[in-house]
Amino acid sequence: MLNALLVMIGLAVVLGAVLGFASLKFRVEGNPLVEKVDAILPQIQCGQCGYPGCKPYAEAISAGNSAINLCAPGGEAVMLRLADLLGVDPQPLAADAALPKPKQVALIDEQTCIGCTLCLQACPVDAIAGAAKQMHTIIASECTGCELCLPPCPVDCITMETVDEGLGGWKWKYPVYPISEEEKDTEVTS
Amino acid sequence: MRPLFPFHGGIHPAEHKSPSTQHGIAVAPLPARLVVTLRQHSGSPASPVVAVGDQVLKGQLIGAAEGLISSSVHAPSSGRVVAIEKQPAPHVSGLPDLSIVLETDGEERWVERQKMDFCNTDPALLRQHFQDMGVVGLGGAVFPSHVKLNASGLDTLVINAAECEPFISCDDMLMRERAAEVVKGISIAQYIMGAREVLIGIEDNKPQAIAAMQAACEETGFEVVAVPTLYPSGSAKQLIKLLTGKEVTSGGHPTQMGIQCFNVATVYTMHRVINHGEPVISRLVTLTGNMDEPRNYEVLIGTPIGDLLKLARPKADTTGYLMGGPMMGVPLLDLSVPVVKATNCIIATSQALFPPLPRAMPCIRCARCAQACPAELQPQELFWFSKSRNFEKAREYKLFDCIECGCCNYVCPSHIPLVQFYRFAKSEMLAHEKDRKAADLARERHEFREFRQEREKQEKAARHAAKAAEMAAKAAETTAGSGESVAGADDAAAAKKAAIQAAIERAKAKKAAVKPQNVDDLPAEAQAKIDEIDLRRAQASETAGQRVAIQKSDEGQGA
Amino acid sequence: MSMNSPLVAEQATVNVIMLKVLAALLPAIAVYVFFFGPAILVSILLASVAALLTEAAVLHLRRYPLRVYLLDGSALVTAWLLALSIPPLAPWWLVVVGTVFAILVAKHLYGGLGNNLFNPAMVGFAALMISFPSHMTHWPAPDMLAQSHWSFTQQMDFMFGGEFPAGDRLDAITMATPLDTLKTQLHLDREISEIQSGKIFSILSGKGTEIIALFYLLGGLFLWQQRIISWHIPASFLAAMFGTAGLFYLFDPGHYASPMFHLFAGGTMLGAFFIATDYVTSPTTPMGKLIFGAGIGVSAYVIRVLGGYPDGVAFAVLFLNSAVPLIDAYTQPRVFGHAGKWFKGGKE
Repeated sequence: MLNALLVMIGLAVVLGAVLGFASLKFRVEGNPLVEKVDAILPQIQCGQCGYPGCKPYAEAISAGNSAINLCAPGGEAVMLRLADLLGVDPQPLAADAALPKPKQVALIDEQTCIGCTLCLQACPVDAIAGAAKQMHTIIASECTGCELCLPPCPVDCITMETVDEGLGGWKWKYPVYPISEEEKDTEVTS
Repeated sequence: MRPLFPFHGGIHPAEHKSPSTQHGIAVAPLPARLVVTLRQHSGSPASPVVAVGDQVLKGQLIGAAEGLISSSVHAPSSGRVVAIEKQPAPHVSGLPDLSIVLETDGEERWVERQKMDFCNTDPALLRQHFQDMGVVGLGGAVFPSHVKLNASGLDTLVINAAECEPFISCDDMLMRERAAEVVKGISIAQYIMGAREVLIGIEDNKPQAIAAMQAACEETGFEVVAVPTLYPSGSAKQLIKLLTGKEVTSGGHPTQMGIQCFNVATVYTMHRVINHGEPVISRLVTLTGNMDEPRNYEVLIGTPIGDLLKLARPKADTTGYLMGGPMMGVPLLDLSVPVVKATNCIIATSQALFPPLPRAMPCIRCARCAQACPAELQPQELFWFSKSRNFEKAREYKLFDCIECGCCNYVCPSHIPLVQFYRFAKSEMLAHEKDRKAADLARERHEFREFRQEREKQEKAARHAAKAAEMAAKAAETTAGSGESVAGADDAAAAKKAAIQAAIERAKAKKAAVKPQNVDDLPAEAQAKIDEIDLRRAQASETAGQRVAIQKSDEGQGA
Repeated sequence: MSMNSPLVAEQATVNVIMLKVLAALLPAIAVYVFFFGPAILVSILLASVAALLTEAAVLHLRRYPLRVYLLDGSALVTAWLLALSIPPLAPWWLVVVGTVFAILVAKHLYGGLGNNLFNPAMVGFAALMISFPSHMTHWPAPDMLAQSHWSFTQQMDFMFGGEFPAGDRLDAITMATPLDTLKTQLHLDREISEIQSGKIFSILSGKGTEIIALFYLLGGLFLWQQRIISWHIPASFLAAMFGTAGLFYLFDPGHYASPMFHLFAGGTMLGAFFIATDYVTSPTTPMGKLIFGAGIGVSAYVIRVLGGYPDGVAFAVLFLNSAVPLIDAYTQPRVFGHAGKWFKGGKE
């Protein structure tokens, strides 16, 4: 009886020490989940999720305060990866966000632009160059296509142009590899 | 006998080379139309330097190289530029690509050709010259040669004449008939790179080419090495291993170990460029497979493949066409596509030559693919990861070392389209990489913007505090109304609005004032375009005006 | 037809491989019939029919194309290996239960061809061994040693009805196998040399069984010559068993049988060339194959000598099967153009 007690107490002490040591040795700084979620989000910074950028949305998701299906530019792919990361069930996207859009960039009609700088203030990634009373222009390579510059423009001189990547953007398709009807079914759903 | 260092794996498919080597090289007739795609090479496409309607001479520069990894393109014959537009291109996607369309005049008038005395020219100038003359690797990868030539004090220059893919025989015929010129080209490459030793690797199924090259190499010190016929000995890395025993490090360049490798047809074009002043405007193309008269032709770049095929007369039961060999070639879905610098062979397929493969079965892990893989990969693992879209694992198992030679596919008893899975996985991974880079850039810029806004806010606050202190000091002297500052803010907002409105008015006035120039005697369609633009501008300023008006009325209600 | 390259391929298919495996078993089966009578053929037939029917039913449920997958031969290989592993006069239902279990549980519940973690034939064998141990240990004596000789119809009566010929007992035709004899006699504190003077023993191992083992070896060499199997697994399996047995033998020849005896006794040869080499359940890397084979050789010997069962090959194979993903992950060979000897999957 005494032996058994001693063994159990000894075990408790040893394991407790191990756990305590591990918690010190392998302590994780900050909240890595936010970073992981943020890495999945497309960084368009469009605010369509209702948060003022991708990082705040990532923080909300990590804290469990927000659904994972709000990112419209990321579409289903981002939602599925979030579901995978967080171990939650995939949720259908909002009806208006379900359609994937081709990559777009904003384009300023330089004849119409009056140089009001309102779009400069709206751009979340500082991709518009210009100054007051100077014509503005969009740095296409930095533009994320978030469309946030469209509403503030007083003369509606900004349009969204679809980027034609041509051969450079072409990708190989997933090979059709019919093993069985069963496999076909799972292929479609996955 | 030079010792060889066999690479791992490899296969020996039926060769089918003899039908197209029964006759000598013939010159294909000049087509009425030439379509020169601006993406003849890997890297960035050339940019056009001619305009629609221009008359061009044979060999004239029509597309200039853009950046380092790029090469120029030239008019393959004299004639008129009739279009610069997207045209069907021989790419596996079937997507059209920007091309210059020429209408030939049949006169074949050359530009002035300048020969070069390469022995007394700086190698750097020669490299630049090769870029300007459109010299790219003609083995199939079409990588710009001037980039590969950029090294000196080389130990070994390897000339790749293995031509290991079945059916293709253009390098074989080139060496049989033009060995002396090939050797002159090798001398140029040797001079530029300062190579001590030159090894010419030829598969031993081409005895005539070996004999011709040996005869031509006498007194040059170049060594012709017959290598065993084993696909893919014509892959640069595998040939270098075979001849020198050295492995090109993954992601590295052969020059890091004092070796460089050029295709035999590429060095031939170097000879044409230097000793004849001719840019790369033609190449040898093997027409073979299910054809009545298979043969090698010297073909102008840009010749529509449909025109070319008539020469070899494909048989009636032809099921399709393939550009390149059966192991790595590209299916041709549209016969209007032109010959490009990468077009080494066109094969007509038939049920007899290419019997349909048995139905694909599940992978049984027999590891025959691993035994056949010349890159010493484990294709069965890569298949598993690619199929399940587990791209991180695929990368860990070195998917990017796969050369897509198809050996695994060839030996697979389950007939799984393995290479297709690797191509899919690679292109997905490259696309992910691109997206990730774009996202990282956007995140960085967004974070910087937030930092900047915060900083500006603080600066503003500091300024305000300073001003407020000043005001307070003043206020202590003169008593002032309490609502003054609020009114001041309102004034500022109103002033800004007024300024915007004024700017709109000014822009309007400016637009009205500017009298467009050169608009007399415009063609009708140009005039229509201008009218349309004016209309759009008018609408834009109108809506802008309305919007300002609405904003104003909103403010009026609010007040 | 897909036009994406490569457009040419070897015409070899899965069923050609499987048929060659079956062909390599035929000489050994012929010798089996010579020593133990034709009942084994009935067992093989029963197992084959049961395997194909089970396979067809599951394929139908999973909506796989029947013709292609029934003809791939994998079910037949499982059936034959199982039938050759269990006593030839085993009752018909034993054969059927074992085969159905192998195909249904070990193969299809894990995902079918190419996806099973454990060798189906060995899972079937283990299930029978655990569920019906007495039936699994009634091995008939070779013809020349048996006390009485049953005709083919008498054998069939026994297999299908459990009826003995009048006045006969089961003992009259069955006999402990060499491994079994060795184990029980050693427990009685007898010396190896003394035990091996028994009439069931011969030059290498048991009378008759050693010749069958020799023909398994020959069939295996045929598969190697045909490049169906590589040398790695059989060689390391046999070498490891020989080495372990040799060590024990050197240490105490009085209580441990000679290494040659172990190579030709029980399921060693069948296991080394036909069971451990099953593609799906063995490693794919050369180094992995060597580790896998050696692991089986050592564990089979340990189970044989120290464990409760007379033979250990089946359990050793299953044990090492479970380690295959791990072995593969840690024995990835060096890739062209990379430094080092091999890399650990997922690290580096």
